[in-house]
Amino acid sequence: MGETEYTIGAVVREPGSTRRNKTGRWRVFRPVLDEEKCVGCAKCFMFCPDGCIRPTEDGFEIDYDYCKGCGICSKVCPTDAIEMVMEEEAE
Amino acid sequence: MGGRKPRLPIPEEELLAPGHRACAGCGSALCVRLCLKALGKNTIVVTSTGCIEVTTTPYPETAWKVPWIHVAFENAAAVASGVERALKALGKDDVTVAVFAGDGGTVDIGFQALSGMVERGHNVVYICYDNEAYMNTGVQRSGATPPYAATTTTPAGKVWRGEMRPKKDVPRIMVDHGVPYVATACVSFPQDLIKKVKKAKKVDGPAYVHVLCPCPPGWGYDSSETIEIGELAVETGMWVLYEVEDGEFRLTYRPKERKPVEEYLKRQKRFQHLTEDEIEEIQRMVDEQWEELEKLAEK
Ligand SMILES: Cc1ncc(C[n+]2csc(CCOP(=O)(O)OP(=O)(O)O)c2C)c(N)n1
Ligand code: SF4
Ligand code: SF4
Ligand SMILES: [Mg+2]
Repeated sequence: MGETEYTIGAVVREPGSTRRNKTGRWRVFRPVLDEEKCVGCAKCFMFCPDGCIRPTEDGFEIDYDYCKGCGICSKVCPTDAIEMVMEEEAE
Repeated sequence: MGGRKPRLPIPEEELLAPGHRACAGCGSALCVRLCLKALGKNTIVVTSTGCIEVTTTPYPETAWKVPWIHVAFENAAAVASGVERALKALGKDDVTVAVFAGDGGTVDIGFQALSGMVERGHNVVYICYDNEAYMNTGVQRSGATPPYAATTTTPAGKVWRGEMRPKKDVPRIMVDHGVPYVATACVSFPQDLIKKVKKAKKVDGPAYVHVLCPCPPGWGYDSSETIEIGELAVETGMWVLYEVEDGEFRLTYRPKERKPVEEYLKRQKRFQHLTEDEIEEIQRMVDEQWEELEKLAEK
Protein backbone atom coordinates (compact mmCIF):
# COMPACT_ATOMS: atom_id res chain seq x y z
CA MET A 1 0.00 0.00 0.00
CA GLY A 2 3.07 2.25 0.14
CA GLU A 3 2.40 3.90 -3.23
CA THR A 4 -1.22 4.87 -2.54
CA GLU A 5 -1.94 8.55 -1.99
CA TYR A 6 -4.58 9.03 0.69
CA THR A 7 -6.74 12.07 0.05
CA ILE A 8 -8.83 13.88 2.64
CA GLY A 9 -12.31 12.34 2.63
CA ALA A 10 -10.99 9.52 0.41
CA VAL A 11 -11.79 11.69 -2.62
CA VAL A 12 -11.07 9.99 -5.95
CA ARG A 13 -10.43 12.46 -8.77
CA GLU A 14 -10.36 10.19 -11.82
CA PRO A 15 -13.82 9.19 -13.10
CA GLY A 16 -14.01 5.66 -14.52
CA SER A 17 -10.59 4.72 -13.14
CA THR A 18 -11.57 1.11 -12.49
CA ARG A 19 -10.51 0.74 -16.15
CA ARG A 20 -7.05 0.17 -14.69
CA ASN A 21 -8.34 -3.20 -13.48
CA LYS A 22 -8.64 -5.53 -16.46
CA THR A 23 -11.35 -7.92 -15.34
CA GLY A 24 -10.89 -9.91 -18.56
CA ARG A 25 -8.46 -12.07 -16.62
CA TRP A 26 -11.39 -13.47 -14.60
CA ARG A 27 -12.73 -15.15 -17.72
CA VAL A 28 -12.97 -18.93 -18.07
CA PHE A 29 -15.22 -18.98 -21.15
CA ARG A 30 -14.91 -16.41 -23.93
CA PRO A 31 -17.95 -15.15 -25.86
CA VAL A 32 -17.18 -15.35 -29.57
CA LEU A 33 -19.50 -13.42 -31.89
CA ASP A 34 -20.36 -14.79 -35.32
CA GLU A 35 -21.03 -11.66 -37.39
CA GLU A 36 -22.83 -13.68 -40.06
CA LYS A 37 -25.49 -14.78 -37.59
CA CYS A 38 -25.89 -11.40 -35.85
CA VAL A 39 -29.12 -9.58 -36.77
CA GLY A 40 -28.23 -6.43 -34.81
CA CYS A 41 -31.01 -6.70 -32.21
CA ALA A 42 -28.68 -5.24 -29.53
CA LYS A 43 -29.85 -7.58 -26.76
CA CYS A 44 -26.24 -8.47 -25.88
CA PHE A 45 -25.41 -4.77 -25.69
CA MET A 46 -28.39 -4.11 -23.41
CA PHE A 47 -27.80 -6.94 -20.97
CA CYS A 48 -24.01 -7.04 -20.42
CA PRO A 49 -23.52 -5.99 -16.76
CA ASP A 50 -20.03 -4.78 -17.58
CA GLY A 51 -20.78 -2.70 -20.65
CA CYS A 52 -18.34 -4.79 -22.67
CA ILE A 53 -20.36 -4.98 -25.88
CA ARG A 54 -20.01 -1.88 -28.01
CA PRO A 55 -21.76 -0.95 -31.24
CA THR A 56 -19.47 -0.43 -34.24
CA GLU A 57 -20.13 0.91 -37.75
CA ASP A 58 -21.38 -2.50 -38.86
CA GLY A 59 -22.28 -4.58 -35.82
CA PHE A 60 -20.95 -5.16 -32.33
CA GLU A 61 -17.56 -5.85 -30.79
CA ILE A 62 -16.71 -7.44 -27.45
CA ASP A 63 -14.11 -5.84 -25.19
CA TYR A 64 -12.04 -8.79 -23.96
CA ASP A 65 -9.99 -6.54 -21.67
CA TYR A 66 -12.95 -6.40 -19.30
CA CYS A 67 -15.43 -9.18 -20.29
CA LYS A 68 -15.76 -11.49 -17.26
CA GLY A 69 -17.21 -14.36 -19.32
CA CYS A 70 -20.53 -14.47 -17.47
CA GLY A 71 -22.30 -15.85 -20.55
CA ILE A 72 -25.34 -13.54 -20.39
CA CYS A 73 -24.82 -12.21 -23.94
CA SER A 74 -24.69 -15.75 -25.31
CA LYS A 75 -27.88 -16.72 -23.43
CA VAL A 76 -29.94 -13.70 -24.55
CA CYS A 77 -28.91 -13.79 -28.22
CA PRO A 78 -31.99 -14.91 -30.22
CA THR A 79 -29.94 -16.26 -33.15
CA ASP A 80 -27.23 -18.07 -31.13
CA ALA A 81 -24.63 -15.80 -32.68
CA ILE A 82 -22.48 -15.76 -29.53
CA GLU A 83 -20.76 -18.98 -28.54
CA MET A 84 -18.97 -19.47 -25.21
CA VAL A 85 -15.59 -21.08 -25.90
CA MET A 86 -13.03 -22.28 -23.33
CA GLU A 87 -10.50 -19.48 -23.01
CA GLU A 88 -7.41 -21.53 -23.87
CA GLU A 89 -9.17 -23.00 -26.92
CA ALA A 90 -10.21 -19.55 -28.14
CA GLU A 91 -6.66 -18.19 -28.57
CA MET B 1 -25.20 -8.25 -39.96
CA GLY B 2 -23.95 -6.71 -43.15
CA GLY B 3 -22.44 -3.26 -43.05
CA ARG B 4 -24.88 -1.14 -41.10
CA LYS B 5 -24.66 0.48 -37.70
CA PRO B 6 -27.08 -1.26 -35.33
CA ARG B 7 -30.02 0.69 -33.99
CA LEU B 8 -29.87 0.78 -30.19
CA PRO B 9 -33.10 0.56 -28.17
CA ILE B 10 -31.45 2.26 -25.19
CA PRO B 11 -28.94 5.17 -24.90
CA GLU B 12 -25.39 4.31 -25.96
CA GLU B 13 -23.37 6.35 -23.48
CA GLU B 14 -21.87 4.32 -20.61
CA LEU B 15 -21.61 6.19 -17.30
CA LEU B 16 -20.38 3.16 -15.36
CA ALA B 17 -16.89 2.13 -16.44
CA PRO B 18 -15.85 -1.51 -16.70
CA GLY B 19 -13.19 -2.91 -14.38
CA HIS B 20 -15.57 -2.83 -11.40
CA ARG B 21 -15.45 -5.88 -9.14
CA ALA B 22 -19.10 -6.98 -9.21
CA CYS B 23 -19.39 -10.74 -9.75
CA ALA B 24 -19.71 -12.01 -13.32
CA GLY B 25 -23.38 -11.76 -14.28
CA CYS B 26 -24.33 -9.34 -11.46
CA GLY B 27 -27.91 -8.09 -11.86
CA SER B 28 -27.27 -5.15 -9.55
CA ALA B 29 -24.34 -3.84 -11.63
CA LEU B 30 -26.55 -4.15 -14.72
CA CYS B 31 -29.24 -2.18 -12.88
CA VAL B 32 -26.84 0.69 -12.18
CA ARG B 33 -25.49 0.68 -15.75
CA LEU B 34 -29.02 0.86 -17.20
CA CYS B 35 -30.38 3.43 -14.74
CA LEU B 36 -27.43 5.77 -15.36
CA LYS B 37 -28.35 5.75 -19.06
CA ALA B 38 -31.77 7.09 -18.05
CA LEU B 39 -30.47 9.60 -15.48
CA GLY B 40 -27.80 11.09 -17.77
CA LYS B 41 -24.49 12.79 -17.12
CA ASN B 42 -25.85 15.70 -15.11
CA THR B 43 -26.48 13.57 -12.03
CA ILE B 44 -25.01 13.30 -8.54
CA VAL B 45 -25.25 9.81 -7.09
CA VAL B 46 -25.37 8.75 -3.45
CA THR B 47 -24.83 5.08 -2.62
CA SER B 48 -25.30 3.20 0.64
CA THR B 49 -22.81 0.57 1.79
CA GLY B 50 -23.26 -2.72 -0.02
CA CYS B 51 -22.18 -4.65 -3.10
CA ILE B 52 -22.53 -1.72 -5.48
CA GLU B 53 -20.55 0.66 -3.27
CA VAL B 54 -17.81 -1.87 -2.55
CA THR B 55 -17.41 -3.22 -6.08
CA THR B 56 -17.49 0.12 -7.90
CA THR B 57 -15.15 2.09 -5.65
CA PRO B 58 -12.10 0.12 -4.49
CA TYR B 59 -9.93 3.04 -3.34
CA PRO B 60 -8.26 4.80 -5.13
CA GLU B 61 -10.41 3.82 -8.11
CA THR B 62 -14.00 4.52 -9.10
CA ALA B 63 -16.17 3.10 -11.86
CA TRP B 64 -18.48 6.12 -11.78
CA LYS B 65 -18.33 8.79 -14.47
CA VAL B 66 -20.71 11.05 -12.55
CA PRO B 67 -20.05 12.69 -9.15
CA TRP B 68 -20.65 10.07 -6.50
CA ILE B 69 -20.68 10.01 -2.69
CA HIS B 70 -20.84 7.27 -0.08
CA VAL B 71 -21.14 7.95 3.64
CA ALA B 72 -22.57 4.94 5.47
CA PHE B 73 -24.96 2.02 5.27
CA GLU B 74 -28.01 3.65 6.84
CA ASN B 75 -28.08 7.18 5.55
CA ALA B 76 -28.07 7.39 1.74
CA ALA B 77 -31.43 9.19 1.77
CA ALA B 78 -30.23 11.68 4.41
CA VAL B 79 -27.05 12.40 2.42
CA ALA B 80 -29.10 12.82 -0.77
CA SER B 81 -31.41 15.23 1.08
CA GLY B 82 -28.39 17.34 1.99
CA VAL B 83 -26.95 17.26 -1.53
CA GLU B 84 -30.32 18.30 -2.96
CA ARG B 85 -30.69 21.22 -0.50
CA ALA B 86 -27.11 22.38 -1.18
CA LEU B 87 -27.79 22.43 -4.94
CA LYS B 88 -30.97 24.40 -4.29
CA ALA B 89 -29.06 26.94 -2.18
CA LEU B 90 -26.57 27.31 -5.02
CA GLY B 91 -29.40 27.85 -7.50
CA LYS B 92 -28.46 24.77 -9.54
CA ASP B 93 -31.81 23.40 -10.54
CA ASP B 94 -30.71 21.32 -13.54
CA VAL B 95 -28.84 18.63 -11.60
CA THR B 96 -30.52 15.31 -10.78
CA VAL B 97 -29.81 13.75 -7.39
CA ALA B 98 -30.14 9.96 -7.33
CA VAL B 99 -29.66 7.24 -4.74
CA PHE B 100 -28.66 3.64 -5.40
CA ALA B 101 -29.21 1.62 -2.25
CA GLY B 102 -29.50 -2.10 -1.64
CA ASP B 103 -32.54 -3.78 -0.15
CA GLY B 104 -30.89 -3.93 3.28
CA GLY B 105 -29.91 -0.28 2.98
CA THR B 106 -33.48 0.59 2.01
CA VAL B 107 -36.07 -1.61 3.67
CA ASP B 108 -34.16 -2.21 6.93
CA ILE B 109 -31.39 0.03 8.21
CA GLY B 110 -31.93 2.98 5.83
CA PHE B 111 -35.68 3.03 6.15
CA GLN B 112 -36.07 5.94 8.58
CA ALA B 113 -33.74 8.09 6.48
CA LEU B 114 -35.84 7.24 3.40
CA SER B 115 -39.10 7.93 5.22
CA GLY B 116 -37.78 11.31 6.35
CA MET B 117 -36.51 12.18 2.89
CA VAL B 118 -39.84 11.57 1.20
CA GLU B 119 -41.78 13.21 4.05
CA ARG B 120 -39.72 16.37 3.56
CA GLY B 121 -40.36 16.11 -0.16
CA HIS B 122 -36.79 16.23 -1.41
CA ASN B 123 -36.37 16.17 -5.17
CA VAL B 124 -34.46 12.87 -5.31
CA VAL B 125 -34.72 9.76 -7.47
CA TYR B 126 -34.34 6.88 -5.01
CA ILE B 127 -33.49 3.55 -6.64
CA CYS B 128 -33.49 0.43 -4.50
CA TYR B 129 -31.54 -2.36 -6.20
CA ASP B 130 -33.10 -5.40 -4.60
CA ASN B 131 -31.02 -8.60 -4.63
CA GLU B 132 -33.16 -9.86 -1.74
CA ALA B 133 -30.47 -10.17 0.95
CA TYR B 134 -27.36 -8.58 2.46
CA MET B 135 -25.11 -9.88 -0.29
CA ASN B 136 -21.96 -7.88 0.35
CA THR B 137 -21.51 -9.41 3.78
CA GLY B 138 -22.37 -12.97 2.73
CA VAL B 139 -26.08 -13.45 2.02
CA GLN B 140 -27.78 -12.61 5.31
CA ARG B 141 -31.56 -12.20 5.17
CA SER B 142 -33.11 -8.74 4.88
CA GLY B 143 -36.70 -7.54 5.17
CA ALA B 144 -36.84 -7.96 1.38
CA THR B 145 -35.87 -11.64 1.38
CA PRO B 146 -38.87 -13.58 0.04
CA PRO B 147 -40.62 -16.30 2.09
CA TYR B 148 -38.86 -19.67 2.13
CA ALA B 149 -35.59 -18.39 0.68
CA ALA B 150 -32.58 -19.94 2.41
CA THR B 151 -29.90 -17.44 3.42
CA THR B 152 -26.94 -17.83 5.79
CA THR B 153 -29.08 -16.47 8.65
CA THR B 154 -32.22 -18.34 7.59
CA PRO B 155 -30.82 -21.75 6.68
CA ALA B 156 -33.30 -24.45 5.77
CA GLY B 157 -33.70 -27.19 8.35
CA LYS B 158 -36.49 -29.18 9.95
CA VAL B 159 -37.99 -26.30 11.95
CA TRP B 160 -36.98 -23.21 9.99
CA ARG B 161 -37.67 -23.64 6.32
CA GLY B 162 -35.63 -20.66 5.17
CA GLU B 163 -37.04 -17.13 5.56
CA MET B 164 -40.31 -17.38 7.48
CA ARG B 165 -41.60 -13.81 7.11
CA PRO B 166 -43.27 -12.05 4.19
CA LYS B 167 -41.27 -9.77 1.89
CA LYS B 168 -41.64 -6.22 3.20
CA ASP B 169 -43.58 -4.24 0.62
CA VAL B 170 -41.67 -0.97 0.56
CA PRO B 171 -43.04 0.26 -2.80
CA ARG B 172 -46.50 0.13 -1.23
CA ILE B 173 -45.24 1.91 1.90
CA MET B 174 -43.84 4.62 -0.39
CA VAL B 175 -47.26 4.97 -2.04
CA ASP B 176 -48.78 5.35 1.44
CA HIS B 177 -46.19 8.06 2.17
CA GLY B 178 -47.72 10.01 -0.70
CA VAL B 179 -44.65 9.74 -2.93
CA PRO B 180 -45.76 11.17 -6.33
CA TYR B 181 -44.01 8.50 -8.43
CA VAL B 182 -43.45 4.91 -7.30
CA ALA B 183 -42.51 2.06 -9.64
CA THR B 184 -41.27 -1.51 -9.58
CA ALA B 185 -38.96 -2.85 -12.28
CA CYS B 186 -36.59 -5.67 -13.11
CA VAL B 187 -33.27 -5.68 -14.97
CA SER B 188 -34.65 -8.30 -17.37
CA PHE B 189 -36.97 -5.57 -18.76
CA PRO B 190 -34.45 -2.81 -19.53
CA GLN B 191 -36.65 -0.58 -21.67
CA ASP B 192 -39.39 -0.60 -19.03
CA LEU B 193 -36.78 0.18 -16.35
CA ILE B 194 -35.29 3.07 -18.32
CA LYS B 195 -38.72 4.52 -19.07
CA LYS B 196 -39.60 4.46 -15.37
CA VAL B 197 -36.33 6.06 -14.25
CA LYS B 198 -36.83 8.80 -16.87
CA LYS B 199 -40.30 9.45 -15.45
CA ALA B 200 -38.88 9.45 -11.91
CA LYS B 201 -36.31 12.02 -12.98
CA LYS B 202 -38.99 14.38 -14.29
CA VAL B 203 -40.97 14.38 -11.03
CA ASP B 204 -40.61 17.52 -8.96
CA GLY B 205 -40.26 15.86 -5.58
CA PRO B 206 -39.31 12.38 -4.41
CA ALA B 207 -39.58 9.36 -6.69
CA TYR B 208 -39.00 5.74 -5.72
CA VAL B 209 -38.06 2.90 -8.10
CA HIS B 210 -37.65 -0.62 -6.71
CA VAL B 211 -35.69 -2.90 -9.06
CA LEU B 212 -35.45 -6.69 -8.74
CA CYS B 213 -31.82 -7.66 -9.44
CA PRO B 214 -30.98 -11.39 -9.57
CA CYS B 215 -27.68 -12.32 -7.89
CA PRO B 216 -25.90 -15.48 -9.13
CA PRO B 217 -23.96 -16.43 -5.96
CA GLY B 218 -26.65 -15.28 -3.49
CA TRP B 219 -29.57 -16.99 -5.22
CA GLY B 220 -27.59 -19.95 -6.49
CA TYR B 221 -27.70 -20.17 -10.28
CA ASP B 222 -25.19 -19.89 -13.14
CA SER B 223 -23.97 -16.37 -14.00
CA SER B 224 -25.32 -16.67 -17.55
CA GLU B 225 -28.93 -17.03 -16.31
CA THR B 226 -29.47 -13.62 -14.65
CA ILE B 227 -31.81 -12.30 -17.34
CA GLU B 228 -33.80 -15.54 -17.59
CA ILE B 229 -34.25 -15.72 -13.80
CA GLY B 230 -35.56 -12.12 -13.72
CA GLU B 231 -37.92 -12.90 -16.60
CA LEU B 232 -39.23 -15.95 -14.75
CA ALA B 233 -39.81 -13.85 -11.60
CA VAL B 234 -42.08 -11.60 -13.66
CA GLU B 235 -43.69 -14.31 -15.81
CA THR B 236 -44.66 -16.30 -12.70
CA GLY B 237 -45.99 -13.25 -10.87
CA MET B 238 -43.41 -13.61 -8.09
CA TRP B 239 -42.43 -10.04 -9.06
CA VAL B 240 -44.95 -7.61 -10.54
CA LEU B 241 -44.11 -4.65 -12.76
CA TYR B 242 -46.23 -1.59 -12.03
CA GLU B 243 -46.15 2.14 -11.46
CA VAL B 244 -48.16 4.49 -9.27
CA GLU B 245 -48.37 8.05 -10.54
CA ASP B 246 -49.96 10.50 -8.11
CA GLY B 247 -51.71 7.59 -6.42
CA GLU B 248 -52.93 6.04 -9.68
CA PHE B 249 -51.94 2.39 -9.99
CA ARG B 250 -51.08 0.85 -13.36
CA LEU B 251 -49.73 -2.59 -14.25
CA THR B 252 -47.01 -1.96 -16.83
CA TYR B 253 -46.64 -5.60 -17.82
CA ARG B 254 -49.13 -8.41 -17.70
CA PRO B 255 -47.87 -11.95 -18.40
CA LYS B 256 -49.96 -13.56 -21.17
CA GLU B 257 -50.41 -16.60 -18.99
CA ARG B 258 -48.77 -16.70 -15.57
CA LYS B 259 -46.27 -19.56 -15.33
CA PRO B 260 -46.32 -21.83 -12.23
CA VAL B 261 -44.01 -20.41 -9.52
CA GLU B 262 -42.19 -23.74 -9.50
CA GLU B 263 -40.51 -22.79 -12.78
CA TYR B 264 -38.87 -19.86 -11.02
CA LEU B 265 -38.16 -21.59 -7.70
CA LYS B 266 -36.62 -24.79 -9.01
CA ARG B 267 -33.93 -22.88 -10.88
CA GLN B 268 -32.39 -21.46 -7.68
CA LYS B 269 -30.39 -23.08 -4.92
CA ARG B 270 -32.00 -20.90 -2.23
CA PHE B 271 -35.33 -22.68 -2.88
CA GLN B 272 -34.00 -26.21 -3.41
CA HIS B 273 -35.27 -27.48 -0.02
CA LEU B 274 -38.93 -26.75 -0.76
CA THR B 275 -41.52 -29.53 -0.55
CA GLU B 276 -44.46 -29.74 -2.94
CA ASP B 277 -46.76 -28.39 -0.21
CA GLU B 278 -44.50 -25.41 0.35
CA ILE B 279 -44.37 -24.65 -3.36
CA GLU B 280 -48.16 -24.83 -3.42
CA GLU B 281 -48.32 -22.39 -0.51
CA ILE B 282 -46.11 -19.93 -2.38
CA GLN B 283 -48.33 -20.38 -5.46
CA ARG B 284 -51.39 -19.50 -3.34
CA MET B 285 -49.68 -16.40 -1.94
CA VAL B 286 -48.76 -15.25 -5.45
CA ASP B 287 -52.30 -15.93 -6.74
CA GLU B 288 -53.78 -13.90 -3.89
CA GLN B 289 -51.38 -11.03 -4.42
CA TRP B 290 -52.11 -11.04 -8.13
CA GLU B 291 -55.85 -10.91 -7.51
CA GLU B 292 -55.38 -7.95 -5.21
CA LEU B 293 -53.31 -6.11 -7.78
CA GLU B 294 -55.83 -6.87 -10.53
CA LYS B 295 -58.48 -5.20 -8.38
CA LEU B 296 -56.25 -2.17 -7.88
CA ALA B 297 -55.64 -1.99 -11.63
CA GLU B 298 -59.39 -2.04 -12.33
CA LYS B 299 -60.11 0.94 -10.08
C1 LIG C 1 -24.16 0.28 10.52
C2 LIG C 1 -23.61 -0.83 9.71
N1 LIG C 1 -23.96 -2.10 10.00
C3 LIG C 1 -23.48 -3.11 9.29
C4 LIG C 1 -22.61 -2.88 8.24
C5 LIG C 1 -22.06 -4.05 7.45
N2 LIG C 1 -22.62 -4.12 6.13
C6 LIG C 1 -22.05 -3.57 5.05
S1 LIG C 1 -22.89 -3.81 3.63
C7 LIG C 1 -24.04 -4.73 4.43
C8 LIG C 1 -25.17 -5.38 3.68
C9 LIG C 1 -25.74 -4.58 2.58
O1 LIG C 1 -26.91 -5.19 2.12
P1 LIG C 1 -27.79 -4.49 1.00
O2 LIG C 1 -28.13 -3.11 1.39
O3 LIG C 1 -28.91 -5.39 0.68
O4 LIG C 1 -26.79 -4.38 -0.24
P2 LIG C 1 -26.10 -5.59 -1.05
O5 LIG C 1 -24.77 -5.84 -0.41
O6 LIG C 1 -27.00 -6.75 -1.00
O7 LIG C 1 -25.92 -5.04 -2.43
C10 LIG C 1 -23.77 -4.81 5.81
C11 LIG C 1 -24.55 -5.56 6.78
C12 LIG C 1 -22.25 -1.53 7.97
N3 LIG C 1 -21.43 -1.22 6.97
N4 LIG C 1 -22.75 -0.54 8.73
S1 SF4 D 1 -19.77 -12.81 -21.34
FE1 SF4 D 1 -20.77 -11.39 -19.86
S2 SF4 D 1 -19.20 -9.82 -19.48
FE2 SF4 D 1 -18.60 -10.88 -21.36
S3 SF4 D 1 -19.48 -9.64 -23.02
FE3 SF4 D 1 -20.95 -11.31 -22.55
S4 SF4 D 1 -22.38 -10.37 -21.10
FE4 SF4 D 1 -20.54 -9.06 -21.12
S1 SF4 E 1 -22.89 -10.89 -4.56
FE1 SF4 E 1 -24.62 -10.60 -5.99
S2 SF4 E 1 -25.14 -8.41 -5.88
FE2 SF4 E 1 -23.11 -8.69 -4.95
S3 SF4 E 1 -21.66 -8.25 -6.63
FE3 SF4 E 1 -22.03 -10.48 -6.60
S4 SF4 E 1 -23.73 -10.82 -8.03
FE4 SF4 E 1 -23.67 -8.63 -7.55
MG1 LIG F 1 -29.09 -6.69 -0.94
